[in-house]
Amino acid sequence: MATATIPAVEREDYLNKEYGIASWLLTTDHKRIALLYLISITFFFFIGGFFALLIRLELLTPAGDLVQADTYNKLFTQHGQVMVFFFLIPSIPAVLGNFLIPLMVGAKDLAFPRINLLSWYLYIIAGMMMVHCMLTGGVDTGWTFYTPFSTAFSNTKVIEAGLAIFVAGFSSILTGLNFVVTIHRMRAPGLTWSRLPLFVWAHYATSIIQILGTPVIAITLVLVVAERALHLGIFDPKLGGDPLLFQHLFWFYSHPAVYIMILPSMGVVTEIIPCFSRKRVFGYMFVALSSIAIAVFGFLVWAHHMFVAGISVYAALVFSILSYAVAVPSAVKVFNWTATLYKGSIHYSAPMLYAFGFVGLFTIGGLTGLFLSALGVDMHVHDTYFVIAHFHYIMVGGALMGYLGGMHFWWPKISGRLYPEAWARLAALIVFIGFNLTFFPQFILGYVGMPRRYYQYPPEYQVLNVLSTAGATVLAVGYLLPMIYFLWSMRYGKPAPDNPWRAAGLEWMVQSPPTTFNFPEQPVVTWEAYNYEEIDKGYKEEPQLVG
Amino acid sequence: MSDSQAVVPTAAHEEIHSPGLLHHFATEEQQRDASNLGMWIFLATEVMFFGGLFCAYLIYRHWYFGDFGAASKSINALLGGVNTAVLICSSLTVVLAIWAAQTARRGMMLAMLALTMLFGLMFLGVKGVEYKDKFDEHHVPGATFSFEKVPIPSHSDQYANPQHAQIFFALYFIMTGLHALHMVVGLGIFTWLFWMAWKGRFTPEYHTPLEIGGLYWHFVDIVWIYLFPLLYLIDRHP
Amino acid sequence: MHDHAKSSPLKTYFTVWGALLVGTYLTYKAALIDLGPFNPVVALGIATTKALLVALFFMHLKNASERLLKLVVASTSFFLMILLFLTLTDYMSRPWTITS
Repeated sequence: MATATIPAVEREDYLNKEYGIASWLLTTDHKRIALLYLISITFFFFIGGFFALLIRLELLTPAGDLVQADTYNKLFTQHGQVMVFFFLIPSIPAVLGNFLIPLMVGAKDLAFPRINLLSWYLYIIAGMMMVHCMLTGGVDTGWTFYTPFSTAFSNTKVIEAGLAIFVAGFSSILTGLNFVVTIHRMRAPGLTWSRLPLFVWAHYATSIIQILGTPVIAITLVLVVAERALHLGIFDPKLGGDPLLFQHLFWFYSHPAVYIMILPSMGVVTEIIPCFSRKRVFGYMFVALSSIAIAVFGFLVWAHHMFVAGISVYAALVFSILSYAVAVPSAVKVFNWTATLYKGSIHYSAPMLYAFGFVGLFTIGGLTGLFLSALGVDMHVHDTYFVIAHFHYIMVGGALMGYLGGMHFWWPKISGRLYPEAWARLAALIVFIGFNLTFFPQFILGYVGMPRRYYQYPPEYQVLNVLSTAGATVLAVGYLLPMIYFLWSMRYGKPAPDNPWRAAGLEWMVQSPPTTFNFPEQPVVTWEAYNYEEIDKGYKEEPQLVG
Repeated sequence: MSDSQAVVPTAAHEEIHSPGLLHHFATEEQQRDASNLGMWIFLATEVMFFGGLFCAYLIYRHWYFGDFGAASKSINALLGGVNTAVLICSSLTVVLAIWAAQTARRGMMLAMLALTMLFGLMFLGVKGVEYKDKFDEHHVPGATFSFEKVPIPSHSDQYANPQHAQIFFALYFIMTGLHALHMVVGLGIFTWLFWMAWKGRFTPEYHTPLEIGGLYWHFVDIVWIYLFPLLYLIDRHP
Repeated sequence: MHDHAKSSPLKTYFTVWGALLVGTYLTYKAALIDLGPFNPVVALGIATTKALLVALFFMHLKNASERLLKLVVASTSFFLMILLFLTLTDYMSRPWTITS
């Protein structure tokens, strides 16, 4: 087991094996593809974040004085589309999943490396289509594309945006397919399902959703494009069509999609918490199966987005009850994380700070989801800032913090460098404060009646909006810091040892960064996951945080 | 789960592998099992892809049964039935081609692959005839659509609502059109498989591309097995 | 694991082929008879039988060495049914339709 030795000579690894743009653009190495994704999704994060900043600037004042109403519609639409389809859905699976899953299962690569590269190219093509769409007029339908506005009335580039997301969907499907086949067929000898890292279980569940759900939004977008181009009437009430059918088909994917966005983050947190508590995960099987349960239940609840849209009361009752059920496996995870922490030897590293933030903020977000599942409450707060706060608590307070925690945790492995720990902890704190300042006021705003997607509002809402915008600025600083010091560390950071955290897992048993084919010889696994007691027995002194 | 035993240790480097073995797989069996699973999962995505269309179809057939019946009656069920038989025959030739590969019958393998493609082309030809009929009758949705004074099958005193009939035809063209597109892709795949077979790439030990291409083709057949009764036979009894 | 039925798969293939053609003919004929609400039931029943025959015998699902592939098929069918039937709970319990 590697300790804190620093390599004296430059070893060959996946980064320095080959140089040149072709060696990157034509790579089939899952680790390089992960970095290609890292750069691409960061680019789209900036675009989505830019739109968010414009939205928050507009909402500083009650009057609609920064942009016109139509422009504002485009801002929130494109913020949503870019953040959902081009940032959150790929983020952890395409970056951390791609990089780590072959390592974690003891394989040389994913099952289909060329399909992995194709997946990235589809994402890039989709991204270029989306950027072109935004530069030539944009879309104003909301990220939800509701008909008949999107099919019959909007004067914006709905078809192009729809096709871009269609292509991005195939990127997502192929990633999910690759992961499932890899996890089933390429595990090292001795690596049974009950010894797999829970990060892998989480990605397995995510992949099920990607595989089964994404095709439905793909066909829905095909129908929207066809209807808009040919004036068909499938969703147009004037021609006998039902707009609610669009919503059923759209949300059948888009609700499970939010679980695509959160499950990988839960997997990350489940890796970080045992490492920095020096304890095995409490209730391994519960955590593993709760991931699968979230994936399955997530498909049963979609019409809770449609409670006030015109579905029947009976259907609403069914979906309300099912929505309560889906909270249970998530709660199971929170209990297990807490139980893992209990009596552990806690180290407040930057990844751990992000993990703590995740657990608290995800809990708040999740609980407010239960409020929304109650029909009576939803009547009141649907389409208000309460909903916006709810999903941002989960997506940003949850998924994004998990992503940042994971990037910090595995950065030494990915880059072979250590990031500056003090700056990282400061950034985590800034993110936490900025996040709560941005989004907690929005719960209140929603509850007292401010609708979403409005660019002007009554003056009594201004104070809360100003707080929110102030928070957004702080949050932006918090996000910029890691980008700066990660880049800095690639040149000036201390070289990382193979296992700076003394973490469990096959990925920590290879050099940092790994070689192209990961393992010098096929590992054979004979130990349980998260065997931290055994690991710590091998050291005389307490683990010190490195960096 | 049982497939934890499916993983095998790395084969020694001295072993001779078939040229088809990719470096990240330990054995050919692992590669074949991975490809097989990968294709089945891809077919699962295709099921859900078509599934959205079946959902839309189900809702509107429930709402506008009479109008759908009238519209369905106007498409040629005989041609639809012929096409169903053609695809069933093509699925047979696919499994026969694979059997021929397994038993080293090169001539039969090539013949069966060629027959499969021939059946596929026949299917598309018949589809073309059907589409032309619809075009001539102004049943293509859009500006030229017309469905006036067509009686509803079970209530011949009532006429079908043209707007509702247009929804049927929109779904008809999208569903069969998407299916035909998959056929075209299938023909492309089988052209490539024929070329590989011609070059002698397939042996009794290695013919995985044939197997997974076959899986795709059978799936396209299964979609049509459902499309035929749902689109052509809604309300055909007097 | 190769085909267990390597001895006479041809017989199976041709039998299934025949059954599929017979099924197609039956579907056509049954549609011409008034079975009331059972017309779609019969049509879908025959279609599902045919689909199962293709999947089990032509796609070799029956001989699959482990349950995984059958699990893929079963879970996909399950979620497709969820899409269709949970959506239907809305439409079947609505007392209104679009009036145009």
